[in-house]
Amino acid sequence: MVSLNPSETPGGGAAKPGPHRTLNDVVIRLAGNSQDGIQAIGGFLARLAGRSAQEVMTYMTIPSTISGGPSIFQVRMGTGDIQSSGDRADVLVAFYQHSYESHRSALRPGGVLLYDSDHVQPNPDDKEVTAVGVPMTSATVEAVGGSSKEKGKNIYVLGLLARMFDLDVAKLTALIKERFGGKNEDIVRNALLAFDAGHAYPAEGLRDCLYRLDRRTPSPGARPQITTDGNTALAYGLIAAGVRYGAGYPITPWSSIMETLRVELPKYGGLFVQCEDEIAAVSTALGFSYGGNLAVTGSSGPGLSLKAEALGWAVMAEIPLIVVNVQRGGPSTGLPTNIEQSDLMQAIYGSHGDAPRVVLAPRTVEDCFYTALEAARLAREFSTPVIILTDQALATRIEAFDEPDLERLMVTVKADLSPRPIGFKPYPLSGPTRHAPPGSVMEDGKYPTVTGLEHDELGHPSANPALHAQMTVKRREKIKAVAATYKAPPVFGDQSGDLLLLGWGCTFGPIHEAVGRLQASGLKVGHLQIRHIHPLRSDLEQIMAHYKHIRVIEINDEGLYGYGQLTTLLRARYCNPAIQSITKTDGLTFRVSEIVELVAKNLGITSIKTGARAHSVLADA
Amino acid sequence: MSAPAVSAPPRPPLTKKVLAADHPTWCPGCGDFAVLASFYKVLEKLNYPQEKIVTFAGIGCSSRFPYFVNSHGGHYIHGRALPFAVGISLGRDDLHVFVFGGDGDGFSIGGNHLVHTARKNPRLTYVIMDNSVYGLTKKQTSPTSPLGFKSKTDPWGSFDQPINPMRTLINSGATFVARSHATQVNHMVEMMLRAAQHDGFSVVEILSECVEFFEGAFDASIPRKGGKFQTIELKQHDGSPEDAARHDPTDELAAFQLALEPWPGKFGVYYENKTRPTKNALEQKLIANTREKTKNASDLELLQKTFARMR
Repeated sequence: MVSLNPSETPGGGAAKPGPHRTLNDVVIRLAGNSQDGIQAIGGFLARLAGRSAQEVMTYMTIPSTISGGPSIFQVRMGTGDIQSSGDRADVLVAFYQHSYESHRSALRPGGVLLYDSDHVQPNPDDKEVTAVGVPMTSATVEAVGGSSKEKGKNIYVLGLLARMFDLDVAKLTALIKERFGGKNEDIVRNALLAFDAGHAYPAEGLRDCLYRLDRRTPSPGARPQITTDGNTALAYGLIAAGVRYGAGYPITPWSSIMETLRVELPKYGGLFVQCEDEIAAVSTALGFSYGGNLAVTGSSGPGLSLKAEALGWAVMAEIPLIVVNVQRGGPSTGLPTNIEQSDLMQAIYGSHGDAPRVVLAPRTVEDCFYTALEAARLAREFSTPVIILTDQALATRIEAFDEPDLERLMVTVKADLSPRPIGFKPYPLSGPTRHAPPGSVMEDGKYPTVTGLEHDELGHPSANPALHAQMTVKRREKIKAVAATYKAPPVFGDQSGDLLLLGWGCTFGPIHEAVGRLQASGLKVGHLQIRHIHPLRSDLEQIMAHYKHIRVIEINDEGLYGYGQLTTLLRARYCNPAIQSITKTDGLTFRVSEIVELVAKNLGITSIKTGARAHSVLADA
Repeated sequence: MSAPAVSAPPRPPLTKKVLAADHPTWCPGCGDFAVLASFYKVLEKLNYPQEKIVTFAGIGCSSRFPYFVNSHGGHYIHGRALPFAVGISLGRDDLHVFVFGGDGDGFSIGGNHLVHTARKNPRLTYVIMDNSVYGLTKKQTSPTSPLGFKSKTDPWGSFDQPINPMRTLINSGATFVARSHATQVNHMVEMMLRAAQHDGFSVVEILSECVEFFEGAFDASIPRKGGKFQTIELKQHDGSPEDAARHDPTDELAAFQLALEPWPGKFGVYYENKTRPTKNALEQKLIANTREKTKNASDLELLQKTFARMR
């Protein structure tokens, strides 16, 4: 078999290529401790896949402890349409005994257990998987030498995986040099030594577990693939949207967005302020927006609660603002590094009084970028706060996707400080709210006040009962009008039939794959992943009318009345009894088989195979 | 920033007539009227372009201030006007930002922001009208109510230690700290003027009596009521023997000692630091340095480069 991309073996071909078997895709789970650089291995693999025009999807859990504690990174790479990071792993890399014990069950029968024989003693009676022991720690120490101890073990493992899967060594070494190039030369050299040592590990030692991923030739004219995580995509989406100012306070998993913006915005002539608390952050961001430049603030669940009063003010004063909420498990400090979609109601309703605002939820890492663009457009056009409701899964996982066409997408907006004519009204009852930022000359000599008090068309405080009713209608109708501007996503799968699976946020991939498995059993199934949470797209009722059953998949609790948060809203809105919930609250993403099982059980179907692959792809190959 | 294209005709000077907006909603006899009148005088003297003046406030009687000044401005939520104003100031360095509020707004619900705004030193002026009582909510103990003050929440007399505003502000790192009195118009004008001209976070605390709920609160510093209005004499550095006793506002320790003097204390400039750079200047420097490193690349080029690195 000839590889499309033959790799050069470092060290003069010390490692002889074995009989490689070809795979379509592979799921690798790396399990160790947080300081082992497991994310780095995953990141290298993900970026390699991206550069090889292969689909890639990752899944990561980070411990909330400062250093230490178990950590995993799962990467699925291969050809074709990869939408989830894989239910069960084909390969488990176990750094420690606890890694082995906790994650052995995640390995599918026939899979490969690659373990550090310096730390792990696998169960000798376990014949279900191929156990491959490699002295990762001592081999790294030996290869790197000096005082570096076992640092570089992760890169050694990367070398091993490159050997096992015949990965493109030239591209990987280039990635290593890029990653460590900014640091001193010793670090690059040590990393390459560790990598070469791992890659030179003899095939016999790997029990001939040698594979090759099917490579796809990129179609001519295709945009290059980029590889990044959701928080990064979101941060750069905001920059592309022309957002130049922001303020925040650290909280996991939102912090990486503010770190990116703090460093990046000055390059664009803007700035990001780290504030003393969440309330100061939303206030400072509103101050930027009031100054005429749309700003962003953000947080995770508990922080959004703290911002709720200011959000009410922004609705009342009609000041544009983007608020990112990277959801995690709640309530309270809850599960700070786990996945949950339980802030939907807070995002839509969290504040006091009638305070309608826009809520958007990105569905994939790529969608984080485009959602930021849409959020900025809506905030400016409708002079309203817009909440971007993303989550821990999207925030940290890495996906490959087409590089956005920045030339077409980039937005440049300057504050409009032109003089405002006589008769200017910031809050007209009959038209959109348009503020005159400070610095604008008011030609009638009357300067405007923005206020959280109910006010008339000019912004003067007024407690007139009729006026409060009129202004409440104005603020409500404004948000309703947002829906007319959506370019809403299509329904995947069957356009009518037995079942519509409806989801939002990070569950896009698993639901998408579940549809295929459900269809294989003879059901006619469609899939709609909603980005526009509030207001809902106006054609939703017609879409749902085409299906006998509608199941809303959500990672939150069914609540006191038996429905998840989006389901509750949809049932209240459409009074359609076909709408039912499938929810869970274990702090993890939905697995494809989990969705298939729960749907089948819910619909009373017994004949569905829940797993797409009855046994390991490695055994198949 | 877009500016008027053609050169505008020379502007008439700012006058009280131009600057007055809605009629104040304060009770007759409220000290805040005098603060407002003094602020008009300050703006007349500064004569900034009217559209560049921003007045902002939180919640409370005194926080109604922006409605009564004909300038761009707003009325924000309770205690949070300072961080809002930080956003205005940092995003729009061309503006003159004034924040108004009371003791509850500034020292209680907004206490955290006061400390951190002082630490950040943004270019803006904060005027606190301190009446030592919650007036808008009709007489509860405030963070500056003296020990023994009988309010609806402490009918037997309050026993929580009041905040000493001067001490708090100096300790937090505010770069201009002054104290004045609503019965002393000339003094207020002088203090607010100096504050506005200070390059950094400048604070003026003005004792402003609530005639409704804490009558006579500040009589000890009102001469016509038998009190004594003692001003701080600033050092002239003229070598004269009397100069030795005068206050050096750049001396933080001396300022702190002044703040510890017994009630009613002195009025004037307690502390002034002209050397600490403002956050505005530091952020602008950061932007300038960063832009230099990127060789002033366009936004599109910069973002394209970033995405190329993710390939």
